[in-house]
Amino acid sequence: MSAFKDPFDASTSLTRGCSCGQHHSEAAHQADLAGQTTDSELLGNRVVEAAVMRALFPHDATRRRFLNAVGASTAMAAISTFFPMGMAKEAFAQTGKLEKTSLKVGFIPITCATPIIMSQPMGFYARQGLNVEVVKTAGWAVVRDKTINKEYDAAHMLSPMPLAITLGVGANALPYTMPAVENINGQAITLAIKHKDKKDPKSWKGFKFAVPFDYSMHNYLLRYFLAEHGIDPDKDVQIRSVPPPEMVANLRANNIDGFLAPDPVNQRAVYDGVGYIHTLTKDIWDGHPCCAFAASKEFVTTMPNTYRALLKSIMEATAFASKQENRKQIAEAIAPANYLNQPVTVVEQVLTGTFADGLGNIRKEPNRIDFDPFPWHSFAVWILTQMKRWGQLKGDVDYAKVAREVYLATDAAKLMKEVGMKPPTATSKKFTVMGKEFDPAKPDAYLKSFAIKST
Amino acid sequence: MSRLMNWRAPMLSLLVFFLGIGVWHALTLPTAAPQTVNDEYAALVGAAAATGQKSAFPTPADFGKKVWQHLNEPFYDRGPNDKGIGIQLGYSIGRVLVGYLLAALVAVPLGFLIGMSPTVYRALDPFIQVLKPISPLAWMPLALFTLKDSAVSAIFVIFICSVWPMLINTAFGVASVRREWLNVARTLEVGSFRTAFRVILPAAAPTIMTGMRISISIAWLVIVAAEMLVGGTGIGYFVWNEWNNLSITNILTAILSIGLVGMMLDLMMAKLTKLVTFAE
Repeated sequence: MSAFKDPFDASTSLTRGCSCGQHHSEAAHQADLAGQTTDSELLGNRVVEAAVMRALFPHDATRRRFLNAVGASTAMAAISTFFPMGMAKEAFAQTGKLEKTSLKVGFIPITCATPIIMSQPMGFYARQGLNVEVVKTAGWAVVRDKTINKEYDAAHMLSPMPLAITLGVGANALPYTMPAVENINGQAITLAIKHKDKKDPKSWKGFKFAVPFDYSMHNYLLRYFLAEHGIDPDKDVQIRSVPPPEMVANLRANNIDGFLAPDPVNQRAVYDGVGYIHTLTKDIWDGHPCCAFAASKEFVTTMPNTYRALLKSIMEATAFASKQENRKQIAEAIAPANYLNQPVTVVEQVLTGTFADGLGNIRKEPNRIDFDPFPWHSFAVWILTQMKRWGQLKGDVDYAKVAREVYLATDAAKLMKEVGMKPPTATSKKFTVMGKEFDPAKPDAYLKSFAIKST
Repeated sequence: MSRLMNWRAPMLSLLVFFLGIGVWHALTLPTAAPQTVNDEYAALVGAAAATGQKSAFPTPADFGKKVWQHLNEPFYDRGPNDKGIGIQLGYSIGRVLVGYLLAALVAVPLGFLIGMSPTVYRALDPFIQVLKPISPLAWMPLALFTLKDSAVSAIFVIFICSVWPMLINTAFGVASVRREWLNVARTLEVGSFRTAFRVILPAAAPTIMTGMRISISIAWLVIVAAEMLVGGTGIGYFVWNEWNNLSITNILTAILSIGLVGMMLDLMMAKLTKLVTFAE
């Protein structure tokens, strides 16, 4: 590891001299083994400096004489004037040069966006050399349009949206990719306080529900939940799409009877005394994906290094957020007005899973929300079956092909390994939704098995 | 006696003001209710929810405190999504002025040409009549789709809403310049350019200015809605962001400042109108 020695130290020798032949002394060899120089950035700088110095002074004795005569800092300054040391160090620090370092990433102020948001105040973007501005956006349609218009380099989307955009459902077809899921679980059905005795879904005929967007897990999960209880979501109830910030206001005004919404909306309804949490979505499908980190295929292919650095920050943040003990700290970082703009306690209850349910009970559900970035292809297949089930998608779909092209599982797996997470070896898995098994290999049979559908 | 009369209106204004505050205060008095849940639960929810109620509308005192807080720190900047109310108003005023000036640059010359020729006036009238009543926000999705930039789209929306009153008023003002004045100009063999600038323009100026005054009010009405839709910056975004947080005091502060700025813009235009008004 001679490359990591300080070449501006007159007492070091850049020629070899230890048992492994890579250190100037046995002591340095031992120190390296003990892992004293582990700061990779510092080491990177050293490598560049050593290379420059070695090129300037092929004979080590000359270098040492020079340093003894003028001192290390003078030598450094003198050399920097005719060799751009800073630039060389920067270029070395990245595996490939970042095509763009100032990025804009759009988000909707909900806890699903936790990894995207927290990476800014907690420095996960900065660690990858990126200067990311996270921009709060008013609604999903605007996020979609701004990303398509390239105002945002990447954005927080609902996991069905990249599929819908790619297929041209509800928007112009544009190749889109989803390299990472942001969160799993973390949604809930909330009903108005006045319905506190109507806990049985069979009594919900005539209700007006809100979901954040037509192409959302919320819509599909709510429809699934209602249909399993014998309520036809198209005939027996009304489901409308309402942006999350407006949901509590509408619930308060009795415009809607309930919603299946992302947090902190559910917890906020409890905090303001207007609603109660009826069902957590983890009890509908434990481990379901919700929101996603998405980017256009163009961004992924034209700026591969930037894309990789960005994705790596998200992965690191997700790994950090998946640990329960970090959740309080994250809640404090993302609650201020610049991000979620919510009372800290609301965000904390969502992230820690110890929460007030709106009926006077405190519930403890540590898995209320969890973070796992792996974009399972089977998630995409399930979403596509539901799009077909409710008539959003007509005709035949090559489920596996669309899933593969949009949900970039291989990229995610590679980066998960780099940040110390354990990616699964397969890209598809079976899972159960409300006790019913879903086999991603047989989507058509699954679709046919439902009694209530609108196709 | 007349001095007393002068005082009457302001006194009445003050009376209305305090009456309003009083009614507001009386209506929002916190109703003392016993806590209905245990302390551990109460710590997790808002004060109103702990007593089994919905969160209440703020009192005038809460509102006053919030206004004071904003007045003390109108220009803070804590990142791209959290800026002081002064900065947000600045963004909105900037957008309105750009869109409005562009509209004036298009509407006044075009209105002038339309007004000069009765045939063109009648030919274009149906189009103007159809385009005029379209809510500018209905243009927003179209603008985002075609212009591919949210900042430009917001300015476009301001442009499209302020262009019609100016266009119609300019055309009307030009078309209704008194025949006698034009005839006199013709008798004196004044060139057509000179007639346009020395006779028609001054004669139509008050009507044109009225159109411009209507336009700025409309532009200011629209910017708030437009910014709520596209987000990012501006007072409309501020309202949306605080709606997100269900912070009624902040929304009231924004409403008050929107009203004050709108009034100032209107007063400015009124002053300008006075400058070009003439007595016959």
